[in-house]
Amino acid sequence: MNLFLDAFAWIFAPDRLAGSVPLPLAIGQHLAYTAVSVLVAGLIAVPLGWAIGHTGRGREVAVAISGAARAIPSFGLLVLLVLVFGVLHKPEAAVTSFVLLAIPSILAGAYTGFEAIDRRVIDAGRAMGMTEWQILWRIEVPLGLPLLIGGLRSAALQVVATVTIAAYVGLGGIGYYIIQGVPLRRFDQILGGALVVVAVALVLDGLFALLQHLVVPRGVAAGRAPELRTTSSRRRAAVESSTT
Amino acid sequence: MSWVLDNLDLIGSLALEHLRQCLLPLVLGFVISIPLGWVAYRFRLTRGVILTIVGLLYTIPSLALFAILPTVFGVGFLSETNLVIALTVYAVAILARSVADALGSVDPEVRQAAVAIGYGPWRRFWGVEFPLAGPVVLAGLRVAAVSTVALATVGILIGVDNLGYLFTNGLQRRIVPEVLAGTLAVMLIALLVDVLLVLAGRALMPWTRRRRAARAPLERMALRAGGAV
Amino acid sequence: MFTARNKGRLALGAVAVGVALALSGCAAGDPLDPGQPSTGEGSDTIVVGSQAYYSNEIVAEIYAQALENAGFTVERNFSIGQRDAYLPSLEDGSIDLFPEYTGNLLQFYDADATATESEAVYAALKAALPEGLTVLDQAPATDQDSYNVTKAFADAHSLTSLEDLAGLDVPIVLGGAPELEQRPYGPTGLADFYGVEVSFQATGDTTVEELVAGTITMADVYSADPRIQTEGLVTLADPKGLFLASNLVPLVNADIASEIADVINAVSAKLTPEGLVALNVRSTVDQASTPDIAADWLAEQGLV
Repeated sequence: MNLFLDAFAWIFAPDRLAGSVPLPLAIGQHLAYTAVSVLVAGLIAVPLGWAIGHTGRGREVAVAISGAARAIPSFGLLVLLVLVFGVLHKPEAAVTSFVLLAIPSILAGAYTGFEAIDRRVIDAGRAMGMTEWQILWRIEVPLGLPLLIGGLRSAALQVVATVTIAAYVGLGGIGYYIIQGVPLRRFDQILGGALVVVAVALVLDGLFALLQHLVVPRGVAAGRAPELRTTSSRRRAAVESSTT
Repeated sequence: MSWVLDNLDLIGSLALEHLRQCLLPLVLGFVISIPLGWVAYRFRLTRGVILTIVGLLYTIPSLALFAILPTVFGVGFLSETNLVIALTVYAVAILARSVADALGSVDPEVRQAAVAIGYGPWRRFWGVEFPLAGPVVLAGLRVAAVSTVALATVGILIGVDNLGYLFTNGLQRRIVPEVLAGTLAVMLIALLVDVLLVLAGRALMPWTRRRRAARAPLERMALRAGGAV
Repeated sequence: MFTARNKGRLALGAVAVGVALALSGCAAGDPLDPGQPSTGEGSDTIVVGSQAYYSNEIVAEIYAQALENAGFTVERNFSIGQRDAYLPSLEDGSIDLFPEYTGNLLQFYDADATATESEAVYAALKAALPEGLTVLDQAPATDQDSYNVTKAFADAHSLTSLEDLAGLDVPIVLGGAPELEQRPYGPTGLADFYGVEVSFQATGDTTVEELVAGTITMADVYSADPRIQTEGLVTLADPKGLFLASNLVPLVNADIASEIADVINAVSAKLTPEGLVALNVRSTVDQASTPDIAADWLAEQGLV
């Protein structure tokens, strides 16, 4: 109990509003880096993922990229880019590394969102005379949104975690307290910083989960029973994955 | 490039350290996830709670988890044990869900057939359900393995030497090939572990060699697991 | 997803985790004190450790090779990290020898130490060390914190000493490792000792580049950093003793101190400030490997 109490005391001490990096500023920096990175990554990955999902082409490459990207050590990529861009362009280097790390999850969310759609719905659209663009925007995008949001959620959490580590190269953010606390031997600070960043991560996760629930089109949600006992594992997985 | 050639022994010894540090979390994670995933699959009431807790653990950034674990387990903050426990937590987070989904993906008719033949619950699990769930579990295991190898590099921030050393040392001395070598070495090892798991899967589950049908749900599960940091 | 039932489960799960965490937080002691580190090696192997700092690692490797040349069996345990991690290992014998810095180590054990001169610090350190640890002779080489400005800035404002900063009309941004903000010789020390108000920016490993680029005005750079010379930085004098002198000193487990004293003291005697800078240059500029640098230095000094 004493360790957590110390940490909470640290978090809510008035000192947190002073110093070179006040706590609210650190949280703001953290969220700003996350938002910018996910946005830029989304601008790149979402159209690409939709194109792959809609046409079915380039799928193997996308799958390979998503798989390989998981193997990239984010800390290593960050340090590498900081050295390559030059230590005076740290923010640019950092954001680039965050964007690169976020792209695979969003890409995967975009194209699997389209793939999970029942082919018959798309066929129905074609039968009704919809153009490819109409199919894309009226059928595929809305139905694919939950999985896309899932991908964005995954990416955002990964960036939040990497921004925490980025304090090591002096980027600020909430990780600053953890990195500073180690040589100062202040565990209340280390734990306090950790709890703050966990809270931020959980809130973000909750917001995305809420968003994922809200974007399910009304017609789809109404037709779905909460617990399905289908024998088709494919259909079951398709349903389950959109109710993460 | 010459830096890499001059320091192959350093890279090699760090790589071995790295592998060693990743092995235990994966084994432990796998062992812990099997009963956990089974409970989540078997008892609908617990499924929500278990998967929620596991999901929450997964959202915790690694550096923060390193700070929280000492309060729970009493390990030192700057110790290898702390790193191993943290990596195990993330592995369990990925694998528990995989195991639960995998068991759920087994065709109920097969399970009923096993009951009809007279298999008891233990034999049904180990003889029928788990082997059939194998491919999905393997997919989760591959994701967990690759994520663990990449994530272990953060251990250098709590004083645990592995390939992550090449990042901090390279930054201090401004040697780009060193950082690049470290990054590539991590990716190579992750790829190696992935290939080994695929081969092990083919060896242990010969009936899956022809199967292509279960691709898409496997990927969706892998996507849900996401990438750990 | 957020049905009433799921919300209930979510809340239950969160409460369960929270209670578990809270209860467990009661039991744990100080997580920064590792408690019982691994058991020591056989008594005839000397274990040499180092900090996660490339310069410290070079000195540790020099110790290691010097001992090997003298016939000892040596095991290396480098890049251990913070003092909290390795000091207990030194005390219980799982590490035998460690290159340390007198001033910083003294502040670690006695935060209120008043000694600032090299000899006084060394004497105070010997007194402050716990049972089981001792130091051998200190080397002439120092590697301590120092405040530096660019030559251009020093010339423009006629700065040679920290005292000259008091009347400066430009805002001073101090850069350094994140923990500098809270150190006694950081911004608060500057205010107390020299009446200088500075703002702080954590620049960590990129401090020197940022000083040269002008994003910070003054930087905390280790005195053995070769870039002080290569970048033409001016180290501001410290007449009031804000910084403790920090000479390189071998920290050893008291049990084996006498065994290795001769070998290590011979090494320390030859380690000059310029020599240390030269070693660092070989690592950062020539990018040579640590074992090569150490072997070459020992050969040059005639110690091998």
